[in-house]
Amino acid sequence: MTTFAMVIDTRTCIGCGDCVVACKNENKVPAGLNRDWVVEATRGEYPNLETEFRSERCNHCGHATCVTSCPTGASHYWKGSNIVLVAEEKCTGCKACIAACPYDARLIMRPEGYVDKCTFCHHRVDQGLDPACVSSCPIHCMYFGNLDDRDSVVSRVLRERRHKTLLPETGNRPHVYYLL
Amino acid sequence: MNRRQFLKISGALGAAGVVPTLLGGCSTRPLPGTGTVTSSPTVCNMCFWQCAGALYQEDGKPWKVVGNPDDPHCEGRLCTRGTGGIGAYLDPDRLRQPLLRVGEGTEQRFEPVSWEEAFDNIARKMEVIGEEHGRDRIALFSHGGGGDHLQRMLQAFGSHAYAHPSFAQCRGPRATAFALTYGEGVGSPDRTDMAHSRCIVLIGSHIGENLHNGQVQTLIQAIDKDATLITVDPRFSVAASKSRYWLPIKPGTDLALLLAWMNLLINEGLYDREYVIRHCTGFDQLAEHVRPFSPEWAYLETGLDPDDIRATAHAMAAAAPATLVHPGRHTTWYGDDTQRCRAIAILNALLGSWGRPGGFYNQEKVDLPEYPGPKPPKPAGDWKALVQGEYPLVGTGISNKLLEHSIGEDAHFKGWFVYATNLPMTLPGSRKQIAAAAQSLDLMVVVDTMPAEITGYADVVLPECTYLERYDDLRNKPERTPTLALRMPAFEPSHQTRPAWWIAKGIAERLNLAEYFPWKDYSEVIDWQLRQVGSSLAEMQTLGVKAFPRKTAVYLDEGRPVKFKTPSGKIELYSNTLAEVGQDPIPRYRPPDRPPRGFYHLNYGRAPAHTFGRTINNPQLFELMPENTVWVHPTAAARLGVATGDYVQLENPEGTRSNLVRVRVTQRIRPDSVFMVHGFGHTDKRQRLAVGVGADDADLMHNVKLDPVAGSTGMRASFVTLVKAGEVS
Amino acid sequence: MIEEVLVTARHNAKVDPSLGIWTWEISFYLFMGGMAAGIMLFSAWAVLARRESVLTFAHNRFALWAPVVLSLGMTTLFLDLEYKVHVFRFYTSFEPSSPMSWGAWVLVLIYPLMILQTLSTLRTGYPKLARLLGHVPLAAPILDLCENRRRAIAWVVIPLAVGLGIYTGVLLSAFSARPFWNSAALGPLFLVSGLSTAAVLPILAGVKTPERHFFELTDMGLIAVELILIALFLINLATGPAHQLDALHLVTGGPYTVPFWLWFVLPGLLVPVVFEVMGLRGNRSFALLACVLVVYGGFMLRYLMVEVGQVSTWTDYAAQFDPQLLQRLMQ
Repeated sequence: MTTFAMVIDTRTCIGCGDCVVACKNENKVPAGLNRDWVVEATRGEYPNLETEFRSERCNHCGHATCVTSCPTGASHYWKGSNIVLVAEEKCTGCKACIAACPYDARLIMRPEGYVDKCTFCHHRVDQGLDPACVSSCPIHCMYFGNLDDRDSVVSRVLRERRHKTLLPETGNRPHVYYLL
Repeated sequence: MNRRQFLKISGALGAAGVVPTLLGGCSTRPLPGTGTVTSSPTVCNMCFWQCAGALYQEDGKPWKVVGNPDDPHCEGRLCTRGTGGIGAYLDPDRLRQPLLRVGEGTEQRFEPVSWEEAFDNIARKMEVIGEEHGRDRIALFSHGGGGDHLQRMLQAFGSHAYAHPSFAQCRGPRATAFALTYGEGVGSPDRTDMAHSRCIVLIGSHIGENLHNGQVQTLIQAIDKDATLITVDPRFSVAASKSRYWLPIKPGTDLALLLAWMNLLINEGLYDREYVIRHCTGFDQLAEHVRPFSPEWAYLETGLDPDDIRATAHAMAAAAPATLVHPGRHTTWYGDDTQRCRAIAILNALLGSWGRPGGFYNQEKVDLPEYPGPKPPKPAGDWKALVQGEYPLVGTGISNKLLEHSIGEDAHFKGWFVYATNLPMTLPGSRKQIAAAAQSLDLMVVVDTMPAEITGYADVVLPECTYLERYDDLRNKPERTPTLALRMPAFEPSHQTRPAWWIAKGIAERLNLAEYFPWKDYSEVIDWQLRQVGSSLAEMQTLGVKAFPRKTAVYLDEGRPVKFKTPSGKIELYSNTLAEVGQDPIPRYRPPDRPPRGFYHLNYGRAPAHTFGRTINNPQLFELMPENTVWVHPTAAARLGVATGDYVQLENPEGTRSNLVRVRVTQRIRPDSVFMVHGFGHTDKRQRLAVGVGADDADLMHNVKLDPVAGSTGMRASFVTLVKAGEVS
Repeated sequence: MIEEVLVTARHNAKVDPSLGIWTWEISFYLFMGGMAAGIMLFSAWAVLARRESVLTFAHNRFALWAPVVLSLGMTTLFLDLEYKVHVFRFYTSFEPSSPMSWGAWVLVLIYPLMILQTLSTLRTGYPKLARLLGHVPLAAPILDLCENRRRAIAWVVIPLAVGLGIYTGVLLSAFSARPFWNSAALGPLFLVSGLSTAAVLPILAGVKTPERHFFELTDMGLIAVELILIALFLINLATGPAHQLDALHLVTGGPYTVPFWLWFVLPGLLVPVVFEVMGLRGNRSFALLACVLVVYGGFMLRYLMVEVGQVSTWTDYAAQFDPQLLQRLMQ
């Protein structure tokens, strides 16, 4: 099993949303639907404030509750990796996977009605390229690669920097990491 | 991804396509990139940074636009607006045909006409103006490279008056101040060397929300290398959130802080003594001038803790000369703008950052010859002396002065060409004046891609095609590594739209000035120019960007004497030039206007999703950020009785009310201030996404402060209060 | 102070601002599923306990109601699908980790069993219908077979019907991402509620004592068990970690407090049980109303569960921009 991970540096992310537009272009996502989004989290009391920007998307979890909840096998792991895809031809639009995702990362495709989400641009990964969001970030604060490879950029940067994932307590084992 | 993969012109089908199922009736969507993919080089036109990239098409349809990895402007990554540039091409609300005004008076009725009719109409009116008043009575308002073609045509006709609103409504004070101090401007792209800075000071500049690509990238590189970032801003901007020090300064008092810093650096001996001795003049006058401006004095003006003022001065000195006090760009704030920028220039000189790594580097552009052709005739008179004589130190047009001199039957200007700038939202509080000018002008021609508000005042509207549909001048900007970048059309111009060079040439031909445009298609000019420097159009169509070796040094050569382009030949801490025209030779602080009771400082700024008002209607960028919000501190919100998500009108002390705007209650703004992103509140119904959404700050500016040196319009001295929907204030 | 906002507009239909993927169609299906399970169980019980003389209706006629009720539920379930053309995909694979897949296949098994159960008492329960069916070839031997194997069929019905009843609850409780649902109490709760809504149907159909008495007493007991299960469900949330406490707050002070207690617990459980007690003591004026309220309560239980569960969430980002504006893009 290849473990693909995305690592995003919150120290340098400026929350510009380039990743969001790039994803929409690359994957031809219809108007009004988003596979990824940017969150701004501020804590503290004026004037002692801290703001963190996070580009979020499907976390391609190691224990993906969306895959376990899918009744037709439409939600599945791609080529023995942790990249979760939806096989359009098997999806009935029952939306169990949408209910199962604690990150609210899935969407209902228009006009067909099957369920869609971030695919880590597996069509680019297949060609040795990074996902569109990672490739578009003008801050170069996004990394992507194979965690099973000790020398990959994601493995290295996770060794060197403190990091977190979103809601690890769900038990889903997410693979999008945020450097602190 | 290497360069060879980047500009692929291939028709290969991808291998990772999903095989359509035999069972289910519906065929699946093919994966992106599995069709026929082609690409062509372009230069983004979503802002002035002009990043080189490539437009990708799949099966003949626009797919995406990506940065050119060889381009130092973007290092292979376009910004948010650049990535959304396809939306500008696809926007269904774009202007499509030339329009001729047929309504009477202020009636806004237009009839689509052919280009021939439009050109004839324009040429005729221009000649009438020439006969009745003089051929020098037409003014050009321009924003963007395409305006140069119109300028050439107008100069050939005899009209030399022009203004780039980006001077008097944006970078004018900075340009003027740095020219007075160092003999040179800051440049576009800005000559800041942030990748090597160890300390960066941002005065109100919200890099990271304004997306000048290279500026953002180099700032973040500095942060990544643990440079000390100091942000002075009434708002906790994105830059402030990454800063070691955030100084939430009282609006309008930045000059006080700058003077206090000078005071500290000089009194504590922290300035670069050698640099000052070698390169500067006027130090003694400066030292004397800043003597009273202690941090404690500054605290009373700015509200900033004197210890923070000291700590930041020490941090700046410790990292010098790799300390950059960023000059900003949009500097038209409180009316003391040139002087404030002068203070920033002086501070940089004290730190020794000009011409040093981490400070300001020397720029160079490619020595690209001009296409051979006749030079336009010399101007008949000195239009600057006539129109803006009270600003003798300004060598370019001041848009608000040109507007002033266009109102009334006896006005100097009788005709306008407006290129790609939406004047009613650009010039603060100007709608009435523009309407009056539209009445008295004999001709107003607006050239634009979108039906912006200014098009409603025009006699003739000419639809330009977007940057994805045209050739333009080679990008050749003074910068670190001289490069040329090619913009070539990816698509045929939509409907009846045409490039600016074609428009200018068409009008020139009608005026019998064809000899000033001695080529058929602008690609001829580009090819000729490229051949002069050892390249060609064909080569650039594959490369997109070509770098050329520098001939001059990047930094100051410490071994040789340096002569600055100032009257004294040195960096002028004390400016005789300013003294001679009756202005303060060293910046003097004056306290700003205070808001009336119940009113708040109106601050505006940028958001990464948009380029002021130009992109609101772009479907891809509208989807990212469809409206602006007004940031209000919780204490102010409690007093006003508003909560996040409420819609309110903003009202200034003169009673002008804005469109409804959404409230955002946040701690990220000073309690005495509000903040909103500029560019919203469009009124033109033809922009179907943008119309009526959000509020326009420009309309609320009742207290525009003219800078006495640059003639620019200071726009951050206005005040507003919030009025809940349905309430009387 | 934490301010977590979406910087970029996000408004995926039915997901933002809070989950709204399942509404009345699913609630109705769960309601009908529970009711059908209850009908089948009471019919099977009547056969196995040899109560034909006392529980005549339950023994002979009730079973036919089950496929009718379930089919109504299946219709709305089908309507809920976003990609209806692919509905057959439920039956081209079996995914053991997915309660929905289990449910799909249980339904496949249950339908023929419901038919068999109905046929096994058709001649006694619906003689006219049985005679009509007589014209169908092989009808007579099949009816004979079902009648002879009546008890065997009833034995097989029991686990499947219990499975159907519990599965409607497990369907929701298996979603760890929705804290309000994530309780083991939901399975038994939905089963007991299904039995309760089935129990009042014979009364509404007009059965006489002693059958009516049996169902009234049974329903009282079922409602009592339901109340205990609901109490345990709430206690589970109240003694859980933060996200469960937040989920509980939706019905104990939050926006669903009034609907939960005033529009469900009171009229759907407490009031009918009081009326039923009165009925057993001789005051039958509200007997019919009690039955109607029980049916109402059964539906409201599912409706509220489905809605409140979707509102309970792990992530909750405030939108900065009015999502209605994005509608302009769809013109």
